[in-house]
Amino acid sequence: MTGPAILLLLAGLGAIAWVSARTRALRLQTVARASGRRDAVHSLPGYHGWYVALWTLIPAAIFLAVWANVAPGLVTQSVLSDPAAQSLPADAFSRASVLGEARAIATGSQAGAFNPQSQALVEPYRTATTKYGVAGAVLALLLAFAGGAYAFTRVRPDFRARTRVERLVMGTLLVASLIAIITTLGIVASLLWESFRFFSMVNPVDFLFGLKWSPQSAAMGYGNEDAFGAVPLFWGTIFIGAIIAMVVAIPLGLMSAIYLTQYASPTVRKWMKPTLEMLAGVPTVVYGYFAALTIAPALRDFAVAIGIHGASSESALAAGLVMGVMIIPFVSSMADDSIAAVPQSMRDGSLAMGATTSETIRKVLIPAALPGVVGGVLLAVSRAIGETMIVVMAAGLAANLTANPFASVTTVTTQIVQLLTGDQEFDSAKTLAAFALGLVLFIVTLLLNIVALRVVKKYREAYE
Amino acid sequence: MTPMTEAQNSLAIANPKMSARDVKVFYGEKQAIKGVSIDVDMDHVTAFIGPSGCGKSTFLRTLNRMNDTVASARVEGEITLDGENIYASSMDVVQLRARVGMVFQKPNPFPKSIYENIAYGPRIHGLAAAKADLDVVVEKSLRRAGLWEEVKDRLHDSGTALSGGQQQRLCIGRAIAVEPEVILMDEPCSALDPIATAKIEELIHELRGRYAIVIVTHNMQQAARVSQRTAFFHLGELVEYGVTSDIFTNPRQERTKDYITGRYG
Repeated sequence: MTGPAILLLLAGLGAIAWVSARTRALRLQTVARASGRRDAVHSLPGYHGWYVALWTLIPAAIFLAVWANVAPGLVTQSVLSDPAAQSLPADAFSRASVLGEARAIATGSQAGAFNPQSQALVEPYRTATTKYGVAGAVLALLLAFAGGAYAFTRVRPDFRARTRVERLVMGTLLVASLIAIITTLGIVASLLWESFRFFSMVNPVDFLFGLKWSPQSAAMGYGNEDAFGAVPLFWGTIFIGAIIAMVVAIPLGLMSAIYLTQYASPTVRKWMKPTLEMLAGVPTVVYGYFAALTIAPALRDFAVAIGIHGASSESALAAGLVMGVMIIPFVSSMADDSIAAVPQSMRDGSLAMGATTSETIRKVLIPAALPGVVGGVLLAVSRAIGETMIVVMAAGLAANLTANPFASVTTVTTQIVQLLTGDQEFDSAKTLAAFALGLVLFIVTLLLNIVALRVVKKYREAYE
Repeated sequence: MTPMTEAQNSLAIANPKMSARDVKVFYGEKQAIKGVSIDVDMDHVTAFIGPSGCGKSTFLRTLNRMNDTVASARVEGEITLDGENIYASSMDVVQLRARVGMVFQKPNPFPKSIYENIAYGPRIHGLAAAKADLDVVVEKSLRRAGLWEEVKDRLHDSGTALSGGQQQRLCIGRAIAVEPEVILMDEPCSALDPIATAKIEELIHELRGRYAIVIVTHNMQQAARVSQRTAFFHLGELVEYGVTSDIFTNPRQERTKDYITGRYG
């Protein structure tokens, strides 16, 4: 019996269980009510229906999930015990390839065999697959019936079906939220583990404070010394993400937030705010090629024209400018929120003293909103230094330690991409360096986020 | 100017500080004030009373054009300050608000020090050139607001750290600091306890004569205690305006009488 058919059958059983349990509960409760004791009835009939339906479905579904993982092993076992399997090659690799071919023919995804041994095993494979398939289906249905019957016998007017269903709902929600947390922990653990392997090859001090970055030379056998100094990367990241991008994003974001909250008429605001926020919806790869193909060449030509030496077509400035534009909506929407959160009475108080709108903004609103704005900027920085696509496309690969915005610099994320793309061996210092860089990036953005959220939260409390 | 109706006006004010003639205020389609005419003079405290939603606060806010900050609000009619139309295009709203100060329902000191709260107005209007001048203004304003003795040793503490009543007196001091001619008070005691309220009322008595004071209150006892002139508003209309003792003891309008005696409100 095929998988979908079993699932459909189970769903049907569940529906029947729901209807019959509900009907039974309804009838019993009518009788109980007629006896005049109101407390004799605990849960609504629908809850009894769900209780029995869930008992029908969940054990069977869990069994099927387990079975789907166990059955292939059992099938292989039984095929190997077939007389035709006695002549299989002894080494695991060729044996597995013969078995794989036989399975492919048995399930119909391959028409004929290259290996005559496989052909002989097709028939045993089919038999075993059918056998275990039927066994699984029968067991699942039996479980469904058993679970359903057990639950059905518990349907009584005073049975607390509602409490149990609610508890199950809560359990389901808990599992859903745990999945995200566990995934995060898993990612952090793998990051830590791979970084640990890297640091057993390269001294952490050399990595964090070294000024020379040339992982390729290490890969070519020149040794790990002096190859993994990440300072040029950190500098490039800060230069592009925290300096150039913020020089663009903070004033523009802040000023647009002020205009939108204080000056714009409701109609203008209604149009401009979503349009501005659309910037956040543009895929970063689009920003990336905009930076690489439009801004970067224009900047280089400009730099050459005004006589700056060392102007590169992959400049820090191009990546930073475009990243700044990308970040504007973050800054502006955080600033917008914090300005809007300053009580109207504060604004009225200032205006009633005869202050102009701009005096009110400068002397009352901005100081009051400042912590929120700072929080928004920190979040924007953490977003900018983790940003990958723009810098991969526009920032270049040369690990220069320079403050010239027209020169090429590289960033942590760019280097991670470089280290991990292409054919790589996953136990060399070169690839493991990517994890160490990832760990540093993770720690920095985590700290930025924590500080930013703290600042924002503290400030919110001040007005509540 | 259209004359005031006989019903509204039992007062002959020779030289009004502010007068309103046939003022109508609209919020979008809705009319909140339906043709109010009133004179306010320098020597008396004027109280606006009436049930919630009667338009008394809205009308008060037209007197220093605070309704300008509400996008949907529209004002018709004429309001003059010393005979000059405040809604005329030649009137600078910044100047107007420096002359007509306002104190709000909920104390709203800026999240700055006590000193900075008072200095805010003089600074933006350039009233004090040197630090010493500013110190004088701050002390004078706090003394007039009856707050100096309580805060003179902690002028650089935050204004928001004061008690509610002190905050409200700080806001009054802040309004006084710009040397206004009129002070509008929008239910200044509604967020305060009885003791703090008594202090504010005492302060209003002391300020009377120096400034024209208009106070909105829905506490009739308060109106009787602090004011010499009372205007009763109902459903966006000025029902009756007269000497406070007359309004409370001998109202001429049925609606005023019903409100005073507690039939509705």
